[in-house]
Amino acid sequence: MPAEVDPGLAALSDQLILATVVLYAIAMIGYALDLAFGRARSASPAKTEERSEAQAAEPALVAAGAAAASAGTGTAAAPAEAGRSGGAGSGAEKAPPSWVMRAGAVATVLAWIGFAVHLGSVLTRGLATGRWPWGNMYEFVVAMCLAAMGAFLLMQLRYPVRFLGASVSAAAGLGLGYAVHSLHVEAGPAMVALNSYWIAIHVSAAIIASGLFIVAGACGVIFLIRHDAADHLPTRQELERVAHRAIVIGFPIWTFAVIAGALWADKAWGRYWGWDPKEIWAFITWIVYAGYLHARATAGWKGKAATAVQLVAFASLLFNLIGVNIFFEGLHSYAELPD
Amino acid sequence: MTATDTETRPDEVRPVKLGAVGWARWFWRTLTSMRTALILLFLFALASIPGSIWPQRGVSDGKVAQYYSDSPELAEWLDRFWLFDVFKAPWFAAIYLLLFVSLIGCVLPRTTAHLREMRRKPPAAPRNLSRLPQHAVLDADLTVEEAAGRLRRLRFRVVTGPGWVAAEKGYLKETGNLLFHVALVGLLVAVGIGALYGYRGNVLVVEGDGFANTVATYDRYTPGQQVNAESLEPFSFTLEDFQATYIAKGEKRGQALDYAATLAVTDSPGAPERKYELKVNEPLDVNGTLTYLIDHGYAPTFRITDGSGQVVLEGAVPCLVVQPATFASECVIKIPDARPEQLGILAAFLPTTVPTAGGEWTSIFPGTANPTVQVYGAFAGDLGMRNGVPQSVYEIPAEILKKMKPLTMKADPLAVGEKLDLPGGAGSIEFTGVKEWIALQITHDPGRLPALIAAGLATVAVVFSLTIRRRRVWVRVGDGGAEAGGLTRTEGGDFGEEFAGIVAALNHGSNPGVKDAR
Ligand code: HEM
Repeated sequence: MPAEVDPGLAALSDQLILATVVLYAIAMIGYALDLAFGRARSASPAKTEERSEAQAAEPALVAAGAAAASAGTGTAAAPAEAGRSGGAGSGAEKAPPSWVMRAGAVATVLAWIGFAVHLGSVLTRGLATGRWPWGNMYEFVVAMCLAAMGAFLLMQLRYPVRFLGASVSAAAGLGLGYAVHSLHVEAGPAMVALNSYWIAIHVSAAIIASGLFIVAGACGVIFLIRHDAADHLPTRQELERVAHRAIVIGFPIWTFAVIAGALWADKAWGRYWGWDPKEIWAFITWIVYAGYLHARATAGWKGKAATAVQLVAFASLLFNLIGVNIFFEGLHSYAELPD
Repeated sequence: MTATDTETRPDEVRPVKLGAVGWARWFWRTLTSMRTALILLFLFALASIPGSIWPQRGVSDGKVAQYYSDSPELAEWLDRFWLFDVFKAPWFAAIYLLLFVSLIGCVLPRTTAHLREMRRKPPAAPRNLSRLPQHAVLDADLTVEEAAGRLRRLRFRVVTGPGWVAAEKGYLKETGNLLFHVALVGLLVAVGIGALYGYRGNVLVVEGDGFANTVATYDRYTPGQQVNAESLEPFSFTLEDFQATYIAKGEKRGQALDYAATLAVTDSPGAPERKYELKVNEPLDVNGTLTYLIDHGYAPTFRITDGSGQVVLEGAVPCLVVQPATFASECVIKIPDARPEQLGILAAFLPTTVPTAGGEWTSIFPGTANPTVQVYGAFAGDLGMRNGVPQSVYEIPAEILKKMKPLTMKADPLAVGEKLDLPGGAGSIEFTGVKEWIALQITHDPGRLPALIAAGLATVAVVFSLTIRRRRVWVRVGDGGAEAGGLTRTEGGDFGEEFAGIVAALNHGSNPGVKDAR
């Protein structure tokens, strides 16, 4: 492992991350305008169910999907809008002013540019240090925000989930701000214990899973703050569906990350499981997400109860990241917090 | 575990009239119900939290001892609830054992049910397909044979009847689900095997010294209940060299870049010697017994003579690191054989020594650029080692020191080759050189591989269980034309898109651009 760090690339990485924060902030405003002045949505469950049945065998759904896909590229915002608000009664609503539709599309473009710059920052950090760019808490949080944004943007290509844009870009922007402000350490070689190919396997999986859980968490938070009445926010069913989908993908990846961690621990610490604080909280997170999936699949919990479970799991994920690194001392203390 | 809800059975509502058997059945039903399993699952998570709050024995014994000396009464109370041994606590075991019993109680009947299901044919088409969640009108010229063939090509299991086709797929979901839970039980068993038949030992080895894998050579040895002391893998090695490299300048000055120990290993008595470079993340593996490098430090060497002129110590003294950033260390030397009185010596070891403004000395770098030893306490008298109370080699208890006679309380640092004469002809201390020590953990865990297999199976199985849906499709062909209906037996996602694809496939004999089930 090279001890030499390329200072130019390291500085570039730091600047790119600042640019990313600005881009996400503007994207968030665009998405928020789109939410606030877009069509109102109905929260009535009867209506949505009706809608999904009506759509089932019809080409309408395919059209909506295609529209959402093209919205991802920043054009054709109007049909995406139609797809998003689904079958909410048409006659009662005024068409939104055209600049609002553009706000949503512009936000999408900015989010993609922000994502590219963000990716650039991670890559330059890796190139500057000559190692995987997630060897300390700053790098880990930056990568996690990248995964969250990536998960959202990829979802947006396939599904009409633009309503999540405001909260996911806010979460990513705040996460990056926190990383830059409180966690930043100079680019440099990682701890000796991290010189292993396992970092590529274990930490990457943890990052991707966390990114998906952030998307689900964003849905959960909107779910709780939205009113029952017709509202500009997405319907509860939509939120639950997206959250569920993100967790269904994220959960096996998280399982894999924990198992890879155990394999690494077996190489590094002489046991594969030893109830280290990070292990305990990874386990708790795993159990609560498993509980969420069970509760939905079989106990038939829906709505508030399932969302609450999901958010508890999300809180323990965040606690593992921040709380455990800061409050507890364990084998897993690679966080390298700035003094 | 997933199960049909049993909570509302009538015999549970009126438990009053139940006999012993009835109660047992009620208990079993409740235990194996979905809700109980969920509650136990959450309890399991909740119960592990204290393990992250309080220090745990076997993980951080030092901190437990610290807790006892800081607040003895609280510590005593915590200990009464096993809060320093959470993962060995009876209440913790109770939770996970109940959970696993509940899980098994749930998996067994479901496995038999699933095996029956797998052999059963898809049910005949309902009379009115348009009542189903998914429904579509098909091309009128479709025949039963065509429909059946096209559904088979989509990997449906198909049966036909007069004018109808019934098709079903997605059985792997339940298979995955069951396998996942069985794998979790397997994981618990593997962990149990490791705990019973495995052992762990810790030992500190100084450069130049050897190690042979027997219980007696360990500083600490934790065997499982079923481990026989004679069954330890009979390997041995000599620590030839240890090298650590550090970043020399910049903000991260002093951070370790790499460290490695060179071992000369003999796998079994009489076997040829081989070299092994032991590093973090690269343990030495001798037939499944693994040796890990987990810590390192300095062991300055001394030649110490007593008041009678005898050399009473010639060799290395491992010192404990007190400042990990600079490897400033503390050394304790006990010489029970010294004459006329026993000697006890406290010294600081500084690998890269610089003077401070206050007239003291400190270390500024973990490498040995300027190593010194500073004796800050030399005592003569009774070390109290013969009264039967075991003592740590790294410590002379304060109450014993108080009774000893101080000789030197603060000497100037000694460079390598320098000697300090103790006052009153009590002897001399010569700092002769610097060696390093490594701390090793040696483990044998026969449950490792089974645990890995179980965990891998569980992961694959949970993907099946989460991503596959059980779905049924029926086709009716009559005089008026053909129609199709479908439903999923498990919720989540929309079946609509896939159903549209199936309809297209039924109509055209191919399915352009339709993905198989997600
Ligand atoms: C059973 C063993 C392990 C488990 C359960 C585990 C669990 C986790 C989890 C859940 C994360 C996600 C980040 C978070 O939420 O804070 C993580 C991150 C990480 N893990 Fe592990 N891990 C294990 C072993 C290891 C080992 C052996 C190493 C290295 C020697 C390691 C190095 C890291 C690093 C560098 C991160 C990045 C984030 C940070 O610095 O906190 N892990 N681990």
